[in-house]
Amino acid sequence: MKDTLTPDTPVLHARGISKFFPGTIALDDVELRLMPGEVHALLGENGAGKSTLIKCLTGAYRRDAGTLLLDGREIDPVSTADSQRLGIGTVYQEVNLLPNLTVAENLFLGRQPTRAGFIMRRQMNAEARAVLAGYGLSLDPAEPLAAYSVAIQQVIAIARAVEMSGKVLILDEPTASLDHDEVQLLFDVVRQVKARGLAVVFITHFLDQVFAISDRATVLRNGRVVGECLLAEMTQRDVVTMMLGRHLEARTKARDTGAAGKTLVEIADLGKRGLIAPFSLNIREGEVVGLAGLLGSGRTETANLIFGAVQADQGRVMLRGQEIAIKTPRDAVAHRFALCPEDRKLDGIVGDLSVRDNIILALQARQGWMRPIPRAKVEEIAQTYVRALDIRLASLDMPIRLLSGGNQQKALLARWLATNPDLLILDEPTRGIDVGAHAEIVALIEQLRADGMALLVASSELEELVAYSTRVLVLRDRQQVRELVGDQITPDNIINAIAIEEVA
Amino acid sequence: MTSQTVGPRPSIMRRILPQLVILIVALALNVAVFPEFFQIDFRNGRLFGNLIDVLNRGAPVALLCIGMTLVIATKGIDLSVGAVMAIAGAVAASVVVEGHGWGMALLAALAAGGLCGLWNGFLVAVLRIQPIVATLVLMVAGRGIAQLVTEGKILTFDNAGLIHLGAGTVAGLPTPILIWLALGALVTCVVRKTALGMLIEAIGINERSSRLAGINSRVLLVCVYLVSGLCAALAGVIVAADIKGADANNAGLWLELDAILAVVIGGNSLLGGRFSIVASLIGALIIQSINSVILLSGLPPEFNLVIKALLILGILVIQSPRIGTYIYMLKASGPQPQPDAPPIRSTKEETAR
Repeated sequence: MKDTLTPDTPVLHARGISKFFPGTIALDDVELRLMPGEVHALLGENGAGKSTLIKCLTGAYRRDAGTLLLDGREIDPVSTADSQRLGIGTVYQEVNLLPNLTVAENLFLGRQPTRAGFIMRRQMNAEARAVLAGYGLSLDPAEPLAAYSVAIQQVIAIARAVEMSGKVLILDEPTASLDHDEVQLLFDVVRQVKARGLAVVFITHFLDQVFAISDRATVLRNGRVVGECLLAEMTQRDVVTMMLGRHLEARTKARDTGAAGKTLVEIADLGKRGLIAPFSLNIREGEVVGLAGLLGSGRTETANLIFGAVQADQGRVMLRGQEIAIKTPRDAVAHRFALCPEDRKLDGIVGDLSVRDNIILALQARQGWMRPIPRAKVEEIAQTYVRALDIRLASLDMPIRLLSGGNQQKALLARWLATNPDLLILDEPTRGIDVGAHAEIVALIEQLRADGMALLVASSELEELVAYSTRVLVLRDRQQVRELVGDQITPDNIINAIAIEEVA
Repeated sequence: MTSQTVGPRPSIMRRILPQLVILIVALALNVAVFPEFFQIDFRNGRLFGNLIDVLNRGAPVALLCIGMTLVIATKGIDLSVGAVMAIAGAVAASVVVEGHGWGMALLAALAAGGLCGLWNGFLVAVLRIQPIVATLVLMVAGRGIAQLVTEGKILTFDNAGLIHLGAGTVAGLPTPILIWLALGALVTCVVRKTALGMLIEAIGINERSSRLAGINSRVLLVCVYLVSGLCAALAGVIVAADIKGADANNAGLWLELDAILAVVIGGNSLLGGRFSIVASLIGALIIQSINSVILLSGLPPEFNLVIKALLILGILVIQSPRIGTYIYMLKASGPQPQPDAPPIRSTKEETAR
């Protein structure tokens, strides 16, 4: 079996792939080699470029540079249908089959066996049964797809992709909504596909699964390949280090921990069943508490729970020693909490409203509609923050959706700073913004802390967390596993805490 | 941009310009088929004339589209307003028939309309039913309720005060005109002088973001449906007063569609967001002007609906995004000389290097 892993004959060889979006380089000279009969994990944090790369491979995006070699011949897929025909099949997290059609119809959609234009249903069902038996499934292909579980549907989607394409199978987070046994079922199928000599690309955030099924891995960070490696020679810790990256000259700046003031918020056993385990947390004035952890570890959930975006079902929150009830974001805003959400587009900006209106939105909402902020005052607030945060815009009247990502993020920061919050929660404040804006936001966080604000910052960027946090909480599997204080805060320690496989 | 602290909305004229142009065209069509269209006489203490008629007959749709504009701004729709008109008319008629005064009748009708609006708001904001389905319930059930109120008859009345609301005049102007003008001005003032307008637009554009910014979207949603119900109730009272009777089957029939159309002609997106009540009101006048053209042209009535449909189709095509970009491109490529564009680019490249 190992013989098939000879590194000289890749099924699919992507070389020098680059993809540019306005303002960002999504992929920069990326190489990906897929060998026949191997499972190849594609790893990286959100925004590293995994899905952009997949889309370039399958023709959903046109690449801006680079070549694709399939079996040594150059290909140039212009659409996903095109790449399917060439031999590259893809299965997504959300099963993209038609639940109201039968299993057989789903398997053969678009290439049903016909005679004189009529579908030969019996033959189709028989063929479907045979195909599925090859994957160890014995089920009635005449049943509608919706009658089966998501795992079975995934397998059927894989079967369809393999039957149609047959050279490369791309699995984009196929296990995200499966339980443990279903994952094993899926892995059995993947092993069979691998034994048939296909190259399988496996994308997931679950490192345990990566090590359970994959032979090799390519790790991406910020649109570049960090490395390609044989997983048998790696530990989880090595992989996490590669994914998150670190320049080891860890900033050992003098931390003025003494500056932290009185305790502002005390959170005791706050949690929600099925979402995040109860956690306790104190935040003092003039300190930045960092939340670290991989994607899905519970960073965003923690932030949302404190802000009332998700309602807690246990625990309590004390503000300056008095218990408060936060059931909705409205309650949180009334207590001078603020949350800059992770998903700027969906949860942050109000796209068609002007930048000016977006900046005063939270302040106006807290004042109530009866007391409009006078126009002159609105203008003053907006101008102040545009200047202070260096928001680049043509006019305050322009819809905020026209701003670049970094400027949108600054405008959202302005929205919350205008409410003069006591506790500012930032969820991925620097995601998807350019380097300049990045540095400015990091500087702003330090400035606000020095001014005595309490901040809670969730971020996947370790260096950033290390730079501004006075304390770091490490989350793993929706639980707090570690708290790092003072000199303990180094990228190394955070990675160790994230990657610890068994917590004692 | 320079400071724009002076004046409430500097772009209001630009916003309603397309609607004004269409209105002028529609009125010109009226003049074309009936040259004395703009002639206004003063007889028996009342202004008479076709223009006055357009303003007067347009009152129900104008009133409906005030509330409808707010509902549509929140990404909703209110299909029930026609049926609510029937309910309000029936309630007002039955109150005066029982011997109460017109003030009591008006209050009862408004209360009924308000209740209907609260019901719609409850379905949409609390139960989170899609607005088109939620308001369909009352659209269907409303006429039944109105029939129950009138006990299946056309309930006629002769209360002078109530009739005055639909057929009377104040200072020579028909009362309905004054009512819709006043209500339009009042609601515009309230939403624009307070922060209400912006908050309504915010929840229409992105409700999740708005909620996270601390906006009480649930209460606002209930409010816009409440306003829509109240507007429909006023329209219902005017229609009933005009014919001196409450006709549960025909009062306000299909007017919800005219109201939605008026809002759309007013340039407001059915996807919610930025809105202009003034533009919607002009839209209502455009629709009424078209009705007037057809009547004045003397064509057989069987042509009416087809001609109206064609004219409205024309308006919507002119306003469609495709045509909009086309016109924009024509304007952009037209008069501007552009010989020096290439040099600019090359210098930029040089500086980049």
